[in-house]
Amino acid sequence: MAEAMRQINPDVCAAYPITPATEIMQIFAGFVNDGMVKTELITVESEHSAMSACMGSAAAGARTMTATSSQGLALMYEMLYIAAGYRLPIVMAEVNRALSGPINIHCDHSDTMGARDTGWIQLFSENAQEAYDNLIQAVRIAEHPDVLLPAWTSTDGFIISHGMENVHIYPDAEVQKFIGEYKPAFNLLDNSKPITVGAADLPDFYFEHRRAAYEGMRNAKQAIVEIGREFGKTFGQTYGFFEEYHLQDAEVALVAMGSTAGTARVAIDNLRARGLKAGLLKLRVFRPFPAEELAAALKHVSHIAVLDRSDGFNAQSGPLGTELKAALFDAGTRPKTVNYIYGLGGRDIHFTELEQIAEQTLKAGEPKDLNSRVIYWGVRE
Amino acid sequence: MLEIRWHGRGGQGAKTAALLLGEAAMQAGKHVQAFPEYGPERMGAPVQSFDRISDQPITLHCSVTNPKAVVVLDPSLLDAVDVTAGLNEDGVLLINTPKSPAEMRKSIPWKGKKLFTVDASTIALETIKRNVPNTCMMGALIKVTDFMDFNALLEDTRNKLGKKFKNRPEIVEGNMNAIRRAYEEVKTQ
Repeated sequence: MAEAMRQINPDVCAAYPITPATEIMQIFAGFVNDGMVKTELITVESEHSAMSACMGSAAAGARTMTATSSQGLALMYEMLYIAAGYRLPIVMAEVNRALSGPINIHCDHSDTMGARDTGWIQLFSENAQEAYDNLIQAVRIAEHPDVLLPAWTSTDGFIISHGMENVHIYPDAEVQKFIGEYKPAFNLLDNSKPITVGAADLPDFYFEHRRAAYEGMRNAKQAIVEIGREFGKTFGQTYGFFEEYHLQDAEVALVAMGSTAGTARVAIDNLRARGLKAGLLKLRVFRPFPAEELAAALKHVSHIAVLDRSDGFNAQSGPLGTELKAALFDAGTRPKTVNYIYGLGGRDIHFTELEQIAEQTLKAGEPKDLNSRVIYWGVRE
Repeated sequence: MLEIRWHGRGGQGAKTAALLLGEAAMQAGKHVQAFPEYGPERMGAPVQSFDRISDQPITLHCSVTNPKAVVVLDPSLLDAVDVTAGLNEDGVLLINTPKSPAEMRKSIPWKGKKLFTVDASTIALETIKRNVPNTCMMGALIKVTDFMDFNALLEDTRNKLGKKFKNRPEIVEGNMNAIRRAYEEVKTQ
């Protein structure tokens, strides 16, 4: 992700270190120090200040980036809403990590799920290559004139952030050509088109401004697809809302996000070798939530295992489970859907466990009660 | 796919060995993953790290539970950790110890044929002047697994260490000698 940031070469970056996102900024600070980027790097005293500085910079018309994780994202919470409400296309490299307490530095998706309704576009990555690819695309998506919303690309803490694997890095010039020059229609420093940022917005207009931000999020769907297609034409790998793996004739589908989707591919291969019609749907875009598209892709599937690497604490189901079921309800399909909460605080999920999940989901009858609809997988009870 | 598990004690370079080996294999055209097990990091505590090396892209992102090769950087770990957990009998077990494989078998319940030893600590002390046996074990591992070209490993490690120890060429040369000697001196019997 630091390499993507070097190539994006943002005007301003304000950040505060936190494990496991620290190395992104550590490496990027090296690029700044070595003159490899022209970025103004602002070191601040907290993540709250980091996002505040990012907002000031973005409002002034600068291409602005930051990086954080877990408690850092939580400390930005107040500012996350404001960045979206002010329509500032800030781009964040986020590393998914559990939230305290108890203290845990390892991967789960609680941090970004806790901020899922802040108005940020949210892209999940399966591996280091996707983290790199997604961060480059996030710049285009956020800055799209029909969107103008902040965006983060997240990747699984330690599993991906601190693992070494092959990544194909594109030439600097091609990445820079792809993202293009940032020319905001309005900025605070442009006296010829004065604007107000940060004014009180009472019952007379607040609602309209929030509604306009919602339009930006709706428009993001088209922008994400178009930019993902253009990315494919330019660099070889096309991106959409999600990726299907052996889903077309599947009777049972695993729905997963992040690095687990990679492990699930091996599980699907093994299940198929045993004659089980299993498939995978890997969700890349969580905000905006591609409800209609998900329901259409899963229309023919009789059994679904939805994998949530966080708990929503609604005493019902995980965030992805809840939203996917709502999408299926609206589409009028009623597959037997079991929601699995797994891997909290970095607990490993092995490919053999994903095979078991698919096998047991396929045997699931009509869910009778909460305990058959939501299963805490791999926990000692 | 070759999966390797490294056992060491904090400070012995188990993580570095996994990363160096992974990078060398990557340079040789392989698909790789290299990652340590992150926990409380304390000098001397038992630690593990892992490599996955394959000719095909690797999508697995779970832990390595059935390694094909296990490398033990510190023989005292044999009493503290089940180093052969998940290691099938057709796998490879490579231990840093002055003892011979035949002697080691007396205290190791694992019945596989491919048990090798190398006195990496002595080699490291003589070549690098410190008991950091990790690069030795890389050399010995290539000898007993032969999954990549030995000279490619030497060349890539020289480049990597050359960047890290810009002003201390004696450390780079020491490591080169360590890798070469371990490659030659690894014991099969």
